[in-house]
Amino acid sequence: MPSVMIRVKENGALLFYIAKKDQEDEIAEVETDTEESWGGEVLLTDGSRYYVDPITPRPSFPTTLRFKRV
Amino acid sequence: MSTMTREETAALIQEVLEVYPESAREERAKHLTVNDQEVEQSKKCITSNRKSLPGVMTIRGCAYAGSKGVVWGPIKDMIHISHGPVGCGQYSRAGRRNYYVGTTGINTFGTMNFTSDFQEKDIVFGGDKKLSKIMTEIEQLFPLNKGITIQSECPIGLIGDDIEAVAKQAAKTLEKPVVPVRCEGFRGVSQSLGHHIANDAVRDWVLGNRDEDTSFVSTPYDVTILGDYNIGGDAWASRTLLEDMGLRVIAQWSGDGTLAEMENTPKAKLNLLHCYRSMNYISRHMEEKYGVPWMEYNFFGPTKIAESLRQIAAFFDETIQANAEKVIEKYQAEYQAVINKYRPRLEGKRVMLYVGGLRPRHIIGAYEDLGMEVVGTGYEFGHNDDYDRTIKEMGNATLIYDDVTGYEFEEFVKRVKPDLIGSGIKEKYIFQKMGIPFRQMHSWDYSGPYHGYDGFAIFARDMDMTLNNPCWSKVQAPWLKSEEAPEAAVAGA
Ligand code: SF4
Repeated sequence: MPSVMIRVKENGALLFYIAKKDQEDEIAEVETDTEESWGGEVLLTDGSRYYVDPITPRPSFPTTLRFKRV
Repeated sequence: MSTMTREETAALIQEVLEVYPESAREERAKHLTVNDQEVEQSKKCITSNRKSLPGVMTIRGCAYAGSKGVVWGPIKDMIHISHGPVGCGQYSRAGRRNYYVGTTGINTFGTMNFTSDFQEKDIVFGGDKKLSKIMTEIEQLFPLNKGITIQSECPIGLIGDDIEAVAKQAAKTLEKPVVPVRCEGFRGVSQSLGHHIANDAVRDWVLGNRDEDTSFVSTPYDVTILGDYNIGGDAWASRTLLEDMGLRVIAQWSGDGTLAEMENTPKAKLNLLHCYRSMNYISRHMEEKYGVPWMEYNFFGPTKIAESLRQIAAFFDETIQANAEKVIEKYQAEYQAVINKYRPRLEGKRVMLYVGGLRPRHIIGAYEDLGMEVVGTGYEFGHNDDYDRTIKEMGNATLIYDDVTGYEFEEFVKRVKPDLIGSGIKEKYIFQKMGIPFRQMHSWDYSGPYHGYDGFAIFARDMDMTLNNPCWSKVQAPWLKSEEAPEAAVAGA
């Protein structure tokens, strides 16, 4: 269950940052991404997948969330 | 020497690894790689931020060095106690040349060494009483200090002193911020964890201090300089450019910085981050908690400076953007003259770097502006995210080495035969004795600043002065000289 900070990159994409691992990857896909909620399974550009229960209302970034590895 | 191909570089790495026993070879192999710009993520080709192996010569420092020496030390109006035995502070005293203005010993304390000078009895009975006593003493002798930080050395963690409790107590009696920092040298694998611990201490003990205080009047053009330690005046040379653009620099972290500046940083509109490694943690925190965005920039060499100025300006309105162009134009004649003068003398020269947390990638552009090529680079204490940012900056098939050992570095140099090496004091004399021009790229070899347009002129002069110094032809004894004289002899001209 890594704690992950998500921020908006200069190019508008969401950046998935795992502090413990100094890992920075862009988020390629998110399962739920609507006005009201955000979350579910996320796919990173390096191919790995993580999961977080969808959050309502949609959080404002940057924010830190606890993800599960899928 | 022509440039090496990918196969040659890979073969060189294999050859150098040969002498190690098997387990060490496997471990070290992960830290050496041939650069490939195609690779998106450095973790695929290089391992970093791992413990150095016993038995090899590493050049790393400790967590205390990362906190006291790098992040906290330059905050000039606070007193930083090196808590523990006298050596850690005394042997590193004033070594980083973080310039500042002020009267040392009266209202600024940068080059002084404060220590609790642990003796056997403090180890046996604990040092908390002594710590609180010296803080009272400090207050009597140096009443103009704005606060105190307690920088733990190894023994503090080992004997389990409760410095947090002492700090809270002292903060009450002195009515000033007293910050305990748990940066004992044994924590982590290098000074890098010290940066992180220091960042966390700023977050927990300083950053929120003025959240309620509205007396500071901010403007829409407030920016801060983070991760610039004002080595030889670097931050000043950067600051003037930002001010020329019409921005207001409200804080410098931490070169020539003050406690009040740190406390007011959350009121900025944009945090500018030079050394990513040592201050990304606090930048991320401020973005999350206060909504202050941050961006990395690079003020080494005109190409990167212009790029960075434009990127910074893009955060603001059109006036600032126009100003950025004006600034670039204003300095153009100046830096072009520097390039015209030095480029012919330095063109085509090859450089190997091995430095700390940002310079292995940040200075590449400055060398390229002078027509030089960086053929090998590496970090003492970089992490994956640093290497991610390096791959694109370096040429294909160049060498990348992480936490390089003394032996590996020497062998690489013997084979790659660079014209110049940029690294630290511990490497300097080995390479100079091998007859290779060398610049210290931590302390700028007692020169500087190297940031900004003003710094670039000094940088170029220093590189020329070192590389083309006539002394390099005199290193070999006359009777050992071969027929063909080394080309360095022409340099004096
Ligand atoms: S490792 Fe420990 S004893 Fe050595 S300099 Fe660092 S804090 Fe001091």
